[in-house]
Amino acid sequence: MKVDELSTITAAFQGIKERAESRWQKLWHSGQPVILVGTATCGRAAGSLEVLQTLRDEVKKQSLECQVIEVGCMGYCYTEPIVIISKPGYPSIAYGHVNPVIAERLIKEFILGDNPCLEFVIGALEKNEFVPSFSEFPRAEYEQKIILKNCGYIDPEQIDHFIASGGYEALVKVLGMPPEEIIDEVKKSELRGRGGAGFPTGEKWEICRHSRGRPKYVICNGDEGDPGAFMDRTILESDPHSVLEGMVIAAYAVGARYGYIYVRAEYPLAVYRVQVALRQARELKLLGKNILGSNFSFDIELFQGSGAFVCGEETSLITSIEGNPGIPHHRPPYPAVSGLYGKPTLINNVKTLTYIRHIIENGAKWFAAIGTEGSKGTAVFALAGKVVNTGLTEVPMGTTLRQVIFDVGSGIPGGKCFKAVQIGGPSGGCLPESALYLPIDFDSLSKAGAMMGSGGIVVLDEDDCMVEMAHYFLEFTQWESCGQCTFCRLGTKQMLEALGEITKGKGKIEDIDMLAELAEDIKAGSLCGLGKTAPNSVLSTLRYFRDEYEAHVKEGRCPALMCQELIAYYILPKKCERSCDACVGTCTVEAISPNKDRIKVIDKEKCVKCNTCLVACPLQYNAIVKFSPPDQVPASR
Amino acid sequence: MKTVSLTIDGKEIRAKEGEKVLWVALDNGIYIPNLCVIREALQSPAACRLCFVEVEGKDKPVTACTEPVIEGMVVNTQGPQALRLARTAFELLMASHPVECAHCLSRDSCELLKIAPHLKVRLKIKRLRGLPRGLPIDSSSPLFIYDPNKCVLCGRCVWVCRERLGIGDISFAHRGFQRVVATFGDEPMARARCSACDECVTVCPSGALCFKDGKGPKEELNRPVEKSKS
Repeated sequence: MKVDELSTITAAFQGIKERAESRWQKLWHSGQPVILVGTATCGRAAGSLEVLQTLRDEVKKQSLECQVIEVGCMGYCYTEPIVIISKPGYPSIAYGHVNPVIAERLIKEFILGDNPCLEFVIGALEKNEFVPSFSEFPRAEYEQKIILKNCGYIDPEQIDHFIASGGYEALVKVLGMPPEEIIDEVKKSELRGRGGAGFPTGEKWEICRHSRGRPKYVICNGDEGDPGAFMDRTILESDPHSVLEGMVIAAYAVGARYGYIYVRAEYPLAVYRVQVALRQARELKLLGKNILGSNFSFDIELFQGSGAFVCGEETSLITSIEGNPGIPHHRPPYPAVSGLYGKPTLINNVKTLTYIRHIIENGAKWFAAIGTEGSKGTAVFALAGKVVNTGLTEVPMGTTLRQVIFDVGSGIPGGKCFKAVQIGGPSGGCLPESALYLPIDFDSLSKAGAMMGSGGIVVLDEDDCMVEMAHYFLEFTQWESCGQCTFCRLGTKQMLEALGEITKGKGKIEDIDMLAELAEDIKAGSLCGLGKTAPNSVLSTLRYFRDEYEAHVKEGRCPALMCQELIAYYILPKKCERSCDACVGTCTVEAISPNKDRIKVIDKEKCVKCNTCLVACPLQYNAIVKFSPPDQVPASR
Repeated sequence: MKTVSLTIDGKEIRAKEGEKVLWVALDNGIYIPNLCVIREALQSPAACRLCFVEVEGKDKPVTACTEPVIEGMVVNTQGPQALRLARTAFELLMASHPVECAHCLSRDSCELLKIAPHLKVRLKIKRLRGLPRGLPIDSSSPLFIYDPNKCVLCGRCVWVCRERLGIGDISFAHRGFQRVVATFGDEPMARARCSACDECVTVCPSGALCFKDGKGPKEELNRPVEKSKS
């Protein structure tokens, strides 16, 4: 690159940056309070749009001069809707579980008055004298936010916020570097793809750069489909520009001209925010023809997937963009050699691309210093299931599952016991308590029978039946199978039928061995990643919880009291309160009636095992119990 | 054209570089079971998963229809791992294929009946559950019957109709276990655009498409290519 071209780029960006910074300064240092409302999907589901409306209405009504800004998700999804108020003279304070009533109070008492409403506080953003800050939370000891750093703190629909927080600086730096040097940097960082398989990113870039064929494409894979995983969605909704920047850098490194962001249509907010981001980046010439006045041109188009799980597999994702049914094909050729329209195509996950700007800015050495021997950097997890703090977290590779679930996630709610953790979604596996001290990285997880996957963690407690769990995940993959190859179409169906019979107590002991054998064959014989990983949930539960399978088959007993066909409900006469009718009223099928002593009795013939009575029975009596096998229930009087 | 030498089941063979192992084997009289691959087609869908072979130096069996030959390659079509996968795949197909050969009009040309003895698999699968699909039989066409229950989804009919004839009257519909070959809108064959050219019937390996009189021509799509004597 010529020196004068480089100076044009720097000068062009300098102007953009100065403007963004002055706007950012004006926002935060105008002497007026600033209100941030988390309106990512998790917040919206909890009602943050009503909160936002209330705040705006209230600000207008009181004719206040304070700004109300939408931001993404901070990762504390369990306490959404979250509102952050930054008022001069106070630290920035985050409030959780805000509803319109609380929002109105916050305006009246904190913005207008001087009462910071401490009863609703979750924490302060910076250390201070009177409110505990997030950095003092126990989880802060384990978390290290790199790619989630901006999430929840900047307005994803304002490019100025991103630029003022250091965005697009890596791009400017890169435009003055030879592409080989960038690839070298990424290689040295030892970044591995965060889509699941963990292929070295730098190596992939190099293969794509050296592949012949023009034009080349860069695709960002945002087709996140695992049940209970929402990392990519949150990043796209909270910080879309960091993904775009990663894509532009990748395109420059491999020599691509066009790019696609593949986002599923079920993520309407992510789709919208990415579209806004694309438009803003184009307006500032950070995207499109002659980026920042350089000779490099690259443009990105958003492609909305129709929600097939298999389209997360790279070859079917590409077929889907080409306009055909999303069906995978044999690899090799790998997309980096022959991908979209038969041209070399670099395809990376959302998280992988988000890391790029941080690696360029801080250097490969910095990144490679985080994490374990074989897996560098941080891992982003979506905590879901039976865990207190559901939400997103980012921890260095090598953090143990125990730290993630109990220290970051605050353990299991309701005083229940931990049983297992499903990690990596339907392609991953269930790990038992003994794996809690396992340092999480790509290799340790696959050794234990699970996989990193995209980073979904579903925590299971003592009430979850492992056979039912395996059945649930296999049902998902079977339903999402494209049906092209024999193993995935028919093999998973065979397994599902067998599992279904086991959960109904109709399984045979040979079925367990058949499941194991068939699972091995499906793993080895399937065409694509979906089939190859589909049996993992069965294999891992068989490995760690074989006794549960055997209890189902041999004794007709579900140890977790979950499988409906293998349990019966019973009201303990000694505990049942004569004057209480709670269960009778809630029973949907009128199966409960009082006997002559006014003790309630369940008619087994009528009972549909809907669990309503157990929930309805007041805690002080706690008279309803489940039995397995069902014939254990004492005869009613 | 560069040629390479390789051995398949101990037989020394010279072949065009990059040619797929399956074709090289078939042309040299070594049978490898296959259903979905078509020699004329550009790419194999690699969907039936029957043509597994073992290649020296590779720890896992590979599909012969996608594996290009290279110099010095040693292929074993009878390796235990490869046979195990091929057998399981075939068993899976047979477990949802109605075994009523005595009444089947296609029994003389059925490729499944040819593969079963080769893989030493019985037609009635004991270790797996029978998974009948319970789909209606379409006998609307005056010439042929379409019984989707017998279909193994190899895709030959779809390929012939679309790629060779350029008609595209039938295609794959639905996903997963529901995947089926169907006309647009699932119309009966006689009502669809089908011109009853019956080319699809001639290539069907499993009796899903068969002539009503049980006769009619059969085309062997992947017949071995005679080597030109030079």
